[in-house]
Amino acid sequence: MSDFTSGFWNWYIALITILGIAGCAILLWSQSVHKVRIGKDGQPEKTTGHVWDEDLTELNTPMPRWWMVLFYLTIVFAIAYLVLYPGLGSYAGKLGWQSSGAYKAEVKQANADFGPLFDQYLKQDIKMVARDPQARAIGERLFLNYCAQCHGSDARGNKGYPNLTDSDWLYGGEPSVIKETIMKGRNGQMPPMGAAVGSDKDVENVAHYVRSLSGLTADPVKVSFGKPKFGACAACHGADAHGNPALGAPNLTDKIWLYGGSAETVMETIRKGRNNTMPAWGEFLGEGKVHVLAAYVWSLSNGAEAPVVAAK
Amino acid sequence: MNTPASPPEVKEAVIKMYAAREEIHPREVKGRYATLRWACVWLTQALFYGLPWLQMNGRQAVLFDLGARKFHLFGLVLWPQDFIYLAALLIVCAYGLFLVTAVAGRVWCGYACPQTVYTEIFLWIERRIEGNRSARIRLDRQPWTPSKIGKRGAKHLAWGLVALWTGFTFVGYFTPVRQLAHEALGFSLGPWELFWVLFYALATYGNAGWMREQVCKYMCPYARFQSAMFDRDTLIVSYDVARGEPRGASKSELKGDCIDCSMCVQVCPTGIDIRKGLQYECIGCAACIDACDSVMDKVAKPHGLIRYATENALAGRWTAAQVRRRILRPRVIGYGLVFVAIAGALFTSLALRTPLKLDVIRDRGAMGREVEDGKIENVYRLQVMNTAERPHLYRVEVAGIDSAAIADEDAVELDGASTRAVPVRVRIEAGRAAGGSHPIRFTVSALDDPSLYVSEKAVFIVPK
Repeated sequence: MSDFTSGFWNWYIALITILGIAGCAILLWSQSVHKVRIGKDGQPEKTTGHVWDEDLTELNTPMPRWWMVLFYLTIVFAIAYLVLYPGLGSYAGKLGWQSSGAYKAEVKQANADFGPLFDQYLKQDIKMVARDPQARAIGERLFLNYCAQCHGSDARGNKGYPNLTDSDWLYGGEPSVIKETIMKGRNGQMPPMGAAVGSDKDVENVAHYVRSLSGLTADPVKVSFGKPKFGACAACHGADAHGNPALGAPNLTDKIWLYGGSAETVMETIRKGRNNTMPAWGEFLGEGKVHVLAAYVWSLSNGAEAPVVAAK
Repeated sequence: MNTPASPPEVKEAVIKMYAAREEIHPREVKGRYATLRWACVWLTQALFYGLPWLQMNGRQAVLFDLGARKFHLFGLVLWPQDFIYLAALLIVCAYGLFLVTAVAGRVWCGYACPQTVYTEIFLWIERRIEGNRSARIRLDRQPWTPSKIGKRGAKHLAWGLVALWTGFTFVGYFTPVRQLAHEALGFSLGPWELFWVLFYALATYGNAGWMREQVCKYMCPYARFQSAMFDRDTLIVSYDVARGEPRGASKSELKGDCIDCSMCVQVCPTGIDIRKGLQYECIGCAACIDACDSVMDKVAKPHGLIRYATENALAGRWTAAQVRRRILRPRVIGYGLVFVAIAGALFTSLALRTPLKLDVIRDRGAMGREVEDGKIENVYRLQVMNTAERPHLYRVEVAGIDSAAIADEDAVELDGASTRAVPVRVRIEAGRAAGGSHPIRFTVSALDDPSLYVSEKAVFIVPK
């Protein structure tokens, strides 16, 4: 709790605070009356009685009483504040107020305000939600806030971050699977396969074979040498190289490449493997928002019946 | 501090270093300046109380919607991005104040300041209920009889009602006033609305009913720094000492024109004697001029023993024409030029303002990517803000690199007074630009109005 190892600074700050307030009160009280001489006319002199340089006197121009009262009220306020709220050294205050508590209260309030809206979507099928223009507009804003950093504002991804607008899915494109991906995150791992495939030559041959699967230019000789070596990859990617959504193993026969499809990049992938993580958003966003997000992401590759219109 | 040792025979007294406010009961005054002030009261209050009820384009004409962050000012809808206009408006107001003050002293204080205006209204109520100045002074001294309690109660009730209406109107500038009226009548105001209505009501009641001249004397910063705008050619409410002194009621030739009736003191809302010369308490309301002129009428002397005059005019016995000739002096011309320049810039800028705003945010995740046929693609997020009140269909265009084009739908539809983030992909053909960053420019233009467009620069990155 405390940033200091000893209680000294706690007492130091508390003492300065208390002395400061008490000092103000004493000064105000002690200076509110003053002794002056009675002049020749029998009335108190109009000066404060201070004399400088033999004959320089200070006129008494009194301040308004309400100002004094206000000053005393600020002192009362300061004392009440220090009793109720943190401020006096490490004393936490009678009300136990904390900035983290205030944050939690605000989050709770926001959830109470917007929760019913998301709860209403939660009751609907994701495909139904995707048809609702308002839900898609909310989804778009959520996406731009939380997902666009990696997947891009246009959801078309980036190297290492999948394109969400095509119909190719590492883990499956069913609405429920998309929702599960967002809720729980994904951990995609491809182990380094260099040793399993064989020599550097073998790796190059396999890379050419993989490229040939999606119709890319490849050396036919290397392809024919690489094909038998692909057995090491088939455990995950399948003998037909169509991938396995259960493992997140990509289909190698389409032209979609997460890390790049050049022979060099494919060789690097085979040699070093790949390790990729999509964080879990369920706890942070809550199921309601994830539900709407999943509907938005699903709609990107399944066509929206109506364009997203700007909400006011 | 050096207090000399007092001789023992010197008597001492203990005095208080603060002063209780002394109640001032200004006498009612009639005359041209009082009429002018009442005209200002009617004008400013008709404006203040009436404006929120004015409707325009199916909404409240003047509404500062803090929740939606949209500030409706008749035909204008200002957004937080337009805050510069508020700054310009405040500068224009400040220089207007400087200009007026340099020429004619505290005319703002005397005629149009809310503190003066509400004090005038509250004094009017006080006069109707408790009677004139002498009746009010008598009432002050009376014990608390049922009659006094009745009068005081009625006064505070009336003040309270005016104050509540004022607080309600003020809040009506920030939340739709018609809806607020329904809620107020049904006693269903929201907690914050109720708080602010009561807050401004209390401020009005306290300032106009109780604090009055104390606000001008001790709180108002303007009252204190205006002396910086004063010079010897500034019009101030002045007592003509040469003509008035020696004062006295006698008709002797030796006496001046001042008959020492003290009417000027009795009408003063800040309780000063203008015959002592210019004082910081004087708010320039000219009540003493009206009072003195009516007395001069009765004693068959010319008006103007107390009048608006400059220090130079009094010292040199200048004519009105001579005073007028000194109005155009460097200080006034300087304030005037700045005032006209900033006011001109403000209104020109408002008139030429495009009700469309654009922010371009480049996607930071991807520098630039290669897509089919070696085309290079960059992704941007365009924050398009339609600050007009009707919907528009816009087209997004990009220029700056040969072959640069928008890869998606380039039309964007926005409702009136709405904002939308539009992801946009820009593509260039292979080999049209070297590796590195290149400046490009986005233009968003309304399809139905060629004059409505906005353009914003951005950067296109080609991977090396």
